[in-house]
Amino acid sequence: MRDNAETAEAIFGQVLDAARTLGVTEIEAIVASADEALTRFANNAIHQNVAERTTHLSVRPVIDGRTARASTNRLSRDAIREVVAEAIAIAKLTEPDADLPPLAAPADYQGVERWFESTARATPEERARAVAEAIRAVATAGQTAAGIYSTGESVFSLLNSRGVLARHRETMARFSITAMAADSSGWAKASACNRAALSPLELALTAARKAAESSAPRELPPGRYTVILEPAAVLDLTGQMFPDFSATAIRDGRSFLRDRIGKRIFGENITIHDDASHPLQSGAPFDGEGVPRKRLTLVERGVVREVAYSRQAAALAGTAPTGHGFPLPNEFGEAPTNIVMAGGGTSLDEMVASTDRGILVTRLWYIREVDPYEKICTGMTRDGTFLIEDGRVTAGVRNFRFNQGLIEMLSNVEALSVPVRASGEETYDMVAPAMKVREFNFTETTRF
Amino acid sequence: MKDLAVSALDAVARRGVTYADARALEIREREVTTKNGKAGHVSSSESMGIGIRVLAYGCWGFAATDDLSPAGIESAAALALEIARSGTAARKQEVTLAPEQKYEATWASPFQIDPFSIPVDQNLGVLLAVDAELRRVSGVSLAEASMHFERRRQVFASTLGSLIDQTRRLTGAGFAALSYKDGEIQRRSYPNSFGGQYQLKGYELVEELRLLENAQRVAEEAVALHAADQCPEGQFDLILDSSQLGLQIHESIGHPIELDRVLGSEANYAGMSFLTLDQLGRLRYGSQIVNVVCDARLEHGPGLGTFAFDDEGVPAQATDVIRGGRFVGYMTSRETAAAVGQARSNGCMRADGWERLPLIRMTNVSLLPGEQSLEEVLDADHAIYMETNRSWSIDDKRYNFQFGCEIGWEMRHGKRVRMLKNPSYSGITTEFWNACAAIAGPQHWTLWGVPNCGKGQPEQVMGTGHGASPARFRKIRIGSAYAG
Repeated sequence: MRDNAETAEAIFGQVLDAARTLGVTEIEAIVASADEALTRFANNAIHQNVAERTTHLSVRPVIDGRTARASTNRLSRDAIREVVAEAIAIAKLTEPDADLPPLAAPADYQGVERWFESTARATPEERARAVAEAIRAVATAGQTAAGIYSTGESVFSLLNSRGVLARHRETMARFSITAMAADSSGWAKASACNRAALSPLELALTAARKAAESSAPRELPPGRYTVILEPAAVLDLTGQMFPDFSATAIRDGRSFLRDRIGKRIFGENITIHDDASHPLQSGAPFDGEGVPRKRLTLVERGVVREVAYSRQAAALAGTAPTGHGFPLPNEFGEAPTNIVMAGGGTSLDEMVASTDRGILVTRLWYIREVDPYEKICTGMTRDGTFLIEDGRVTAGVRNFRFNQGLIEMLSNVEALSVPVRASGEETYDMVAPAMKVREFNFTETTRF
Repeated sequence: MKDLAVSALDAVARRGVTYADARALEIREREVTTKNGKAGHVSSSESMGIGIRVLAYGCWGFAATDDLSPAGIESAAALALEIARSGTAARKQEVTLAPEQKYEATWASPFQIDPFSIPVDQNLGVLLAVDAELRRVSGVSLAEASMHFERRRQVFASTLGSLIDQTRRLTGAGFAALSYKDGEIQRRSYPNSFGGQYQLKGYELVEELRLLENAQRVAEEAVALHAADQCPEGQFDLILDSSQLGLQIHESIGHPIELDRVLGSEANYAGMSFLTLDQLGRLRYGSQIVNVVCDARLEHGPGLGTFAFDDEGVPAQATDVIRGGRFVGYMTSRETAAAVGQARSNGCMRADGWERLPLIRMTNVSLLPGEQSLEEVLDADHAIYMETNRSWSIDDKRYNFQFGCEIGWEMRHGKRVRMLKNPSYSGITTEFWNACAAIAGPQHWTLWGVPNCGKGQPEQVMGTGHGASPARFRKIRIGSAYAG
């Protein structure tokens, strides 16, 4: 890693000098570095195996209500002068905005420890050995494996001329595996800041079991079914609504929460927080302007309570910022990104046992918003969809397309499990439970 | 740049490899957006780095860095080789590559006006004028407009002896009006969703799009949608405008013909394909009037998939994908070409930056124009016409799809009889294309840019091109998004 605290401060010193030379005193800089690697496998062999080392500097002056951002990954003294000059030049070409806040002031951040030596230093050989073991587990079941094992570290520093010095470093490991049988497949994925918390072999065995149990899938008619959504499915589907928990989105009229704050729109068993300090969460304890992230109660017993406010959105609303702003300038404002959904005490097995007839869903795919105010989303089930009859899984089923309103879905939750750190492909990782939902709307089936 | 690419190649080649290539890139971008009368996102960025790909021990390794010092490049070269060696822990067979020629070339995409020569305040002036026109229409609650400019120079060097210097410039621009009323959000975009139209052109594209001239109409449509009838549910003839048809091509033809998907490379993420190898030359993909090509050549047009060489040094080519309705061709790479009996790659390997590995990606996958006039396409007894994508979803083997559009009209005998809101349609890929009954001629053909195609792990976002004319399809399922 080329970036450390001293490097970022030294770079910022040069940024400040360059800005002052051009008569600008208000400036912010982001110095971000990453060292990441990913071992990818398919057809029971490693086929794509990559690593990337990146560092970039991004600067944003504030000049009489004007701002703009310029970025570079060249970090020589001349390049830093050039990027500062570019940012100042384009900022001066914008019109003043009376609503643009001045740079943020220094604040105290809650400490989070999310960097682990063994994850930062994971070698290609270590990833390859774990992948080979996972492949063997799937191949032993007569199946074919595909997936990834990634490890890496990143450092993010935000500094400004008012004295903000916010720095976060983190490691992240992800293992995802698909096991494919003749006419079925299974999937499992996990992520953690500490790779010791991952077990590629266990994930491989889970995927292989799902592939085996969903073989010879039956085709069921579309319609309303009781479904049990595993945490990854809950994550990817409910994740579609959290950008709407934004004061700017509500003001713009693009949020489904317009005219719904303070109202009970979900069932009483739904409570959702945004909590950057949660032990299963990841990410920095500050936002894109350096404001400390506050814990938000987004939904309490079905009632929408709080939304995120950037500094600008907070000033317009006469309230305090919550620490969820994106780096400026941007048109989206803010959003909660450390979602923690409260769970319940029902295990997945107990949900299955209590279901006369229903569908167990491992994973959802290609989810897109159909209706922005009713928050209807469409998408497909994938890699492990099962029929439940008389309290037990009896068969695999062909995949369904759903068109499901999230307000309706979260009003129909009959049971929740203990939440876990869930990882999918359609949204940020979050802490989410499995859910048993009645009347889930499957509208079509596909051919497999 | 050339020295950088050559030195990186030398650094890895002298360590002993079967094959290696290095791509040095310098990327400059500008993003300018406005929102409700103010500047939104105004930014400028540059990025320079190198990606080193190596084939050794029968396995691939890839390492990328923006530390362009001699030590940084040596370190990346050593890491690429170490990564390749690690692959032997799970190797089934040694990777082999289809032969390719050595090329030394310099190429730049044509443009009339360098977008970076236009000052930011002039960009903002154009967008704010559009913004004002949108908000002049009562009922518009959010006006958004944007421009995007990119210049990307890449020097590719390989152990075959190739040294290829390419510069591509692209421009994108568009706007959207959003109207919130009584618990309903409606939106209209111009000339397309996802930020508008994107092509491999200079600033002249912005002038060609006639943004200001279309603002009032588009804003009025967004507001009028609140009072429109809900799109009915059932089976109807369907007419698609060329932009929606471009996305239909992307999702239901472009992705399924990626040979790496077919062979399983994307099974864990983007998915596989229903186009198994036994379908080649046999499958009746569409009706006889359906002809689709994958064409990266400049002759096809200034698409986001237009280039002179792909990212493993293979010249741009035109490949028939569907000929007279029959499936005849995949998109391939040097590693996969042999799987379908090709002597060489048809040149579809692309990476979204220096830090990522080239993958098989769409170039310009286009439906060739038909022989009907636009009037003939529209002239169904009873049909639903849909325009501009709003939502899109397709299963991981690309059979079942569902699209929503921003606006629809009920059509009788070629005439619009009423506006419809929330239109959607769905189906099975081959059934849909076999229902194609009419395709408008070349004067109605547009090469659309899709700037946001995701694939790969780590994910790469690629721009692809899709040419299409408006077309009509028989008995398609309409309205399924709101069913149930």
